[in-house]
Amino acid sequence: MTTAVGAGEEAVVDAGDGWRRLSPRMLAVHPVMELRRLIFPLVAVLIGLRNGDGGDGGWWALAIGGFGIALGFLRYFTTSFRITPTHVQVRRGLLQRRTLTVPRDRIRTVDVTSNVLHRIFGLARVTVGTGQTDQKNNGVKLDGLSAAAAENLHRELLHRPAVKPIPDVDSAMQSRPAEAATETVLAALHPAWVKYGPFTLSGLVAIGVLFGVGSRLVNEGHVNLAKIGVVHDSIAFLRDRPLPVAILLVAAAIVVFTAIASTVGYVLAFWNFRLSRHSSGTLHVRRGLLTTRNTTIEERRLRGVELSEPLLLRSVHGARVLAIATGLRVGRGADRGGSILLPPAPRAVAVDVAGTVIGDPDPLTVALTRHGRRASVRRFTRAVTASTILILIVLAFVLLAGAPWWAFWTALALLPLGVLLAVDRAASLGHALTDDWLVSRHGSLVRRRYVLRTDAVIGWNMATSVFQRRVGLTTLVATTAGGRQRYPIPDVPDAEAIRVARAAVPGLLKQFLAESG
Amino acid sequence: MTADVVRLRPPMHRVSPRAVWYWATRAAVLWIVLLVPQVIWWFADSDGARLPHLIVGVAWLVLAAVHLAVMPQWRYRVHRWEATDTAVYTQSGWLNQERRIAPISRVQTVDSERGPIEQLFKLANVTVTTASAAGPIKIDGLAAKDADQLIADLTTRVGQTTGDAT
Repeated sequence: MTTAVGAGEEAVVDAGDGWRRLSPRMLAVHPVMELRRLIFPLVAVLIGLRNGDGGDGGWWALAIGGFGIALGFLRYFTTSFRITPTHVQVRRGLLQRRTLTVPRDRIRTVDVTSNVLHRIFGLARVTVGTGQTDQKNNGVKLDGLSAAAAENLHRELLHRPAVKPIPDVDSAMQSRPAEAATETVLAALHPAWVKYGPFTLSGLVAIGVLFGVGSRLVNEGHVNLAKIGVVHDSIAFLRDRPLPVAILLVAAAIVVFTAIASTVGYVLAFWNFRLSRHSSGTLHVRRGLLTTRNTTIEERRLRGVELSEPLLLRSVHGARVLAIATGLRVGRGADRGGSILLPPAPRAVAVDVAGTVIGDPDPLTVALTRHGRRASVRRFTRAVTASTILILIVLAFVLLAGAPWWAFWTALALLPLGVLLAVDRAASLGHALTDDWLVSRHGSLVRRRYVLRTDAVIGWNMATSVFQRRVGLTTLVATTAGGRQRYPIPDVPDAEAIRVARAAVPGLLKQFLAESG
Repeated sequence: MTADVVRLRPPMHRVSPRAVWYWATRAAVLWIVLLVPQVIWWFADSDGARLPHLIVGVAWLVLAAVHLAVMPQWRYRVHRWEATDTAVYTQSGWLNQERRIAPISRVQTVDSERGPIEQLFKLANVTVTTASAAGPIKIDGLAAKDADQLIADLTTRVGQTTGDAT
């Protein structure tokens, strides 16, 4: 838990009481980082000047950016931090001084990131995660420590189990334990895994970004796209083809570009990937080609793993592994990507790594209990209903708004596609309960297998819609403090839901059971 | 253990009967917010054809009337709660229903809120949160004094458990 302590209560000055500063080299990095944000207005202003109709908005943005650079300088002088045997404290702010205090036994993850700029100057950004890092401005973030200092801090924070409150600050700072602790590598990137890159679709994000950049340039810089040679030629070329051919060509171009961008993205994000276990009870993930990222997860906080198989990746027998740990919320802000334990890799490797991480290979391979015919039927009715509604909407457009008929015929393809999806979704559905683990699998576009420790379940939600009640199915949701917070077992028969809930958390449901059927 | 006949019984206590009025009022406010712009449009657009406005307006009114007549009663029959020494158990919803169970040992906070409409009917709600963002258990439409009693009970019980409840 983080507590913000007012400045008044902490009336100590930067005397030798353990308060430390960020690296002075940060003074060089921050202005450049701010400049990066200014690229758009700069380009806009330049283009505006050349066209002679100067963009006023651009000038304003530049002025504001200059102010940002000044603030960046100030940040160095106003930020300091210290590590006591029991707490980590960060002081920041110029006018409104804030002291952030985090008890060390609440630290769950430490994340060291360096982007290209950081690396040129030998710096790193340290993010200390507590259970609450998902809330804004609540985490301890130290941007611009020297790489060595970051490494030390990393070690100080996580590699010393059971911190005893020692009154003497200095002794705790100096007695760095001899690095007798051993590190076992659990997985490392095999160059052949890059072939899974094209199947991750991360390149679609790149297309989105490019599109965004392009439209911003067009808007702010008054660029006429049709005047640019390449664009003009390709539009002219496409206009000469029949419409279906043109659509196919554009689609093919997008596919090729996505595949290339996804592969590049894979290499950038996961090059040098290495997952290792430290004997002091932590897992390390190290990865990245240009921006390096170094995440440490305390095993004490690990609640399970998630095996995720997006459809495309599944078609080439690949899978990813994510950690379920308290203090690591999946896909939230600073934690985005922080829970990755294994990048897209061969499924066999993923299963193996996940099993090793949780110390029990069983939950990942155990045969799942199916949810029965009624659950499968629900998958079909939902798929068919959704496709029918979409088809009717297209039909309405054709009849009322004069859209061409081939749009309707194309839309009809949704029906068989929906059925295929339903078949796959029904096949995915399953759950199991082993000694210590609750296993649930569902989904088709992204099939996920959750493996959650049963003692990490901190509550049950049993949701039923009208349709589910008619056929006696329940969506049983295990709530937990880590990862996605809720891990559902969809459409499980009522009696089975109660059996699972009773077996996983003994004693909880007993008092609420009916006397007889 | 004959797994096939084992069922959960509903929680023990109903919420306050005044909750029916609370839910009805809350829904009515929502319907008014939705209908007012439409009425304004009707008057502003007086030279246009009346018929489409009339049809849409009547459809809205019928929907609202059915919702207001059915939803609160249905909810009252569904909404139930129970707090034992070891767990909190609730049932809520109407078309979509949900039962939530959380062990007392995993409870993080207990808090109560009284909005303006709730104050009007002397009601209060109690929210019991766990360390999971998906786990808050909300009991709507409790009589204010029952809510106070429940909070007092829960606070005592939660205080007796140890650990950081994650």
